[in-house]
Amino acid sequence: MLRFARESLAIASAEMHKLVRDPTEMFSRAIQPVLWLAIFGQVFSRVRGIPTGNLNYLDYMAPGILAQSILFSAIFYGIAVIWERDLGIVHKLLVTPAHRSALIGGKALAAGLRGLVQAIVVYGVAVILKVNIRWEFLPILTAAAGVFIGSGVFSTFSLLIASIVKTRERFMGIGQVLTMPLFFASNAIYPLELMPDWLKSIAIFNPLTYLVDVLRGSMIVGGVSTFPVITSFGVMGLVFLILLALASKIYPGLAR
Amino acid sequence: MADPNDNNAIITVDLTKHFDQVTALDRLSLKVRSGLIFGLLGPNGAGKSTTIKILTTLLDASSGSATIAGFDVAKSPIEVRRRIGYVPQLLSADGALTAIENLNLSARLYGLHGGELKVRVSEALSFSGLDTVANKPVKTYSGGMIRRLEIAQATLHYPEVLFLDEPTIGLDPVARKTVWERLKDLRRSRRTTILITTHDMEEVDVLCDELAILDRGRLAVTGSPGELKSRLGAQASLDDVFVHFSGSVMEREGNYRQIRENRSAIHRLE
Ligand SMILES: Nc1ncnc2c1ncn2[C@@H]1O[C@H](COP(=O)(O)OP(=O)(O)O)[C@@H](O)[C@H]1O
Ligand SMILES: [Mg+2]
Repeated sequence: MLRFARESLAIASAEMHKLVRDPTEMFSRAIQPVLWLAIFGQVFSRVRGIPTGNLNYLDYMAPGILAQSILFSAIFYGIAVIWERDLGIVHKLLVTPAHRSALIGGKALAAGLRGLVQAIVVYGVAVILKVNIRWEFLPILTAAAGVFIGSGVFSTFSLLIASIVKTRERFMGIGQVLTMPLFFASNAIYPLELMPDWLKSIAIFNPLTYLVDVLRGSMIVGGVSTFPVITSFGVMGLVFLILLALASKIYPGLAR
Repeated sequence: MADPNDNNAIITVDLTKHFDQVTALDRLSLKVRSGLIFGLLGPNGAGKSTTIKILTTLLDASSGSATIAGFDVAKSPIEVRRRIGYVPQLLSADGALTAIENLNLSARLYGLHGGELKVRVSEALSFSGLDTVANKPVKTYSGGMIRRLEIAQATLHYPEVLFLDEPTIGLDPVARKTVWERLKDLRRSRRTTILITTHDMEEVDVLCDELAILDRGRLAVTGSPGELKSRLGAQASLDDVFVHFSGSVMEREGNYRQIRENRSAIHRLE
């Protein structure tokens, strides 16, 4: 257990060094949610086309966009792993006696920390756009925990897909095909109740739905969660463990 | 302790690997004695990298077995990993990290920590001659510096056996010599068994105590450079040995996959 922790931290701290040295990638990905909030959000809050209870649409949407930015930037982890494979870095890691799960867990940990930085950016943009942020300790902590574990889920998912498809071209294709449906089959920009039944039954199995639900209850004034917070964290935790187990099996195949 | 395997760091028995239609490795049986630098030669596509990947636990053999430092690669991969180092043909140092960060990462994955880690990392820095640039990102290094760093990374845990796949491909003559010096140093000071793949005859002459020539997945011949030369007559060079036993000239081109691998190996060092 101690060794597992040490190994994961070794991977995560290497990732952090890279992030600090070259944060442009991360910030350029943070631009996307800005556009969504500033344009899509502004327009739709005028139209009032989507019933969001007593929340204005921009407030309603902000947690969804934070979750979206976590989802979309997870693609980065798959690309990075394919890059590391093309070079030979994956091979170097895999010949060490380190736990395979720690090699993946370390990346997830780094993704979690990166997600927190992104969350700060999105909160900042939300403040500028006058979103009604809930500035209380416990809700902020809950949102941070959600962002952290959600980042772990989606980065590990991305790494798993990359381990299966192995090449950049195939990954870019599949990445688009998977992320857009994950986004739209969730409660990120419209409520579950508004969905047709078939879509709703997909959304229930989508981890993004639970991330959004946690954030909606914790990020904005007047926001309410549909599910108990415990349920949402339970679902995300379980999904993470399953993905971690799968990826630990499949990732070593990258060195073949 | 009269184990007859004691003197052999690497033993393979009928090692075979099929990829779909291709037989990359065909019943390879080899013994490499401890403390030697052993050269695995062969034209492109002969199965050198495949052999190394099986011996380093990265790839499963289709049949046959292999033992490294007394442990079976298929049955005890973790024990094997503790005892080996591997420098892949491609780029394994992370260009976005500094030498120190690269070394710290490897050291921690090899289970080193605390004071011991610090000692090993600083030892590795002076071994690779990178003290003065230790805090610069590796992407600013020359090809030779990167190779030396990679060797240092792969030997932080004092492995019994070190594998290097085409360690000097794409390096200029001076850089190649500095890499050779490091490998000889490891043989001398730590008695590390070293297996390198190469198709560079000068490298074989300078480094290898023994060699094996692979041809399309099969072992063509094995012996010391001197023995093999004398089998072809007094005037024979290693080039002649290679041509004779592999039935091919050195520059046989190989397929797209290999050309791509070699090119990217060279390109990355520019
Ligand atoms: N992952 C793979 N999938 C399919 N064929 C492969 C794979 N790896 C190697 N090969 C094939 O196996 C043969 C031996 O390759 P390799 O061991 O890389 O040769 P060498 O390192 O001696 O140049 C070649 O024909 C190569 O194309
Ligand atoms: Mg090769």
